[in-house]
Amino acid sequence: MGHAFAEKILAHKAGLAQTVPGQIVEVTLDVALSHDNTAAISEIFRKIGVAHVARPDIHVIVLDHACPAPTTKHAQNHKDIRKFVAEQGIENFYDVGRGVCHQVLAEEGFALPGVVIAGADSHTPTAGAFGAFAVGIGRSEMAAIMATARIWLRVPESLKIVVHGRLREGVTSKDLALRVIGDLGVDGGDYKSVEWHGEAIEALDMEARMVIPNMMAEMGAKNATIPPDEVTFAWLKGRAQRAYEPVYPDPDAQYLRVVEYDAGAIEPVVARPHRVDNVVPVREAAGTRIDQALLGTCTNGRLSDLAMAARVLKGRKVAPGVRLIVIPASAEVYLQALDAGYLRTFVEAGAAIESPGCGPCMGNHMGIPAEGEVTISTANRNFRGRMGTQESEVYLASPLVVAASAVAGHIVHPDDL
Amino acid sequence: MAIKGRVWKYGDDVNTDVLFPGKYTYTVSDPVEMGEHALEDLDPEFRFKVQPGDVIVAGKNFGCGSSREQAVTCLVTKKVGALVARSFARIYYRNCINNALPALTCAEAVEALESGDEVEVDLEAGEIRSAKGTFKFPPLPEGVMGIFEAGGLIPYTRRRLGIEG
Repeated sequence: MGHAFAEKILAHKAGLAQTVPGQIVEVTLDVALSHDNTAAISEIFRKIGVAHVARPDIHVIVLDHACPAPTTKHAQNHKDIRKFVAEQGIENFYDVGRGVCHQVLAEEGFALPGVVIAGADSHTPTAGAFGAFAVGIGRSEMAAIMATARIWLRVPESLKIVVHGRLREGVTSKDLALRVIGDLGVDGGDYKSVEWHGEAIEALDMEARMVIPNMMAEMGAKNATIPPDEVTFAWLKGRAQRAYEPVYPDPDAQYLRVVEYDAGAIEPVVARPHRVDNVVPVREAAGTRIDQALLGTCTNGRLSDLAMAARVLKGRKVAPGVRLIVIPASAEVYLQALDAGYLRTFVEAGAAIESPGCGPCMGNHMGIPAEGEVTISTANRNFRGRMGTQESEVYLASPLVVAASAVAGHIVHPDDL
Repeated sequence: MAIKGRVWKYGDDVNTDVLFPGKYTYTVSDPVEMGEHALEDLDPEFRFKVQPGDVIVAGKNFGCGSSREQAVTCLVTKKVGALVARSFARIYYRNCINNALPALTCAEAVEALESGDEVEVDLEAGEIRSAKGTFKFPPLPEGVMGIFEAGGLIPYTRRRLGIEG
């Protein structure tokens, strides 16, 4: 009997011939990711009573959640982190401005086929786009990993999503991901390993692929993957931190459920406040006045996202009374967007460009809405109060819908602009 | 050890942003201060009126969203006795185990109990007892009982590493 991706990779890492869903295994991690929470994690680590981090080489620390520091407290937090990484000899440290942790992890070649990654961030599954087994964990857990480099994991059941055909022009992987979450619900992937297969997925480039496992965190997934192929290997060439060996599910693997989609039937959508599964076709929300538009985040802050938005915004202006905030997901994306002329397009359209980081996504800084305001965002979460203000609303959408809506001053289907 | 208190009842998909707001994530690290923001955006009364031993009862997918552990720690600080839900989001569930906060899956208890009900939770017997009935819940997975029994992941890790105290 065949095994799904999660069962195989965890068996391999745990030194077992095979595993089954429900089984608990212990593995040594290939990568342990943390960010602005590293100081708090190090405090818990110190309580364990071990002087040195067991494997400084597996830790990747990226400052991104409140960067540059918006307050004295945040700045002190960063200062404490710099002290800790220096003390412990953690070399994979990326300071303010380098970018959002999940993007940096990929660019620096840590997100690789066949590796096991734990991150103290719920969007760690993003790395699954490269065929890694990547899960989110809490701070205490990361502190224990600092002491031991090991983690216990329950082998998850697997859900297979097969997408046939091709996404149509103007329809993005963000729309596909939102559609699936809308259909299966915010706990539709709870505790599961979600595997994405099919020609429509294979046709996506790496940037478009990264959106999907990132969004699977919003379906409750433990991890999500896309089988690595030539597209993956080409992207990793010259970037991969080490040699890697992909793991693939067996053709006769058992899945809890198999769900099939026709990519051609997917249309642009939005997730309405205040749930990620509150998904409707854009035209059903069209006409809703907006005050702010956010283009960026670990979900859609890559070059191709900025490129699509720039095509909409070129020669146009952001509507009066609307703020468009653009945050490239990394310094690398920032420079590429600069060279391509996109940043000029954004500024000329009236946008505010911010330094790579999470920005206002979780309510820290760089675009907190006022009470009663509506934001349309390329981020992955729209819970009430998520962006820092209880009495405000957040709609989630693709970069195309966000850009078009910024121009219109209300939610609009890009074709209707 | 018996957990005894009153029920605080909530609905489905209670996310960690309403359990502990994101804006305090990097500025509040003292557990007592964390407790002061517990459920701030879900139920403003909770943090002032919750008593040690009280039990939060909720629907499906409790603790979904951000991995922030403060969403568990703030409840531990407030001495919440246990959480009972139809289902828990996975990172939140792990964080509960790692903080030795009982997170019990029991749909029948959720169905029957309302805010203000007096309950007693018996972890050994695997029972939730109230005037509305006795409800059984499944035990923790054997592979993780050790963490819970040690009082959480940190004491458990110390023990495994042979660190005294």
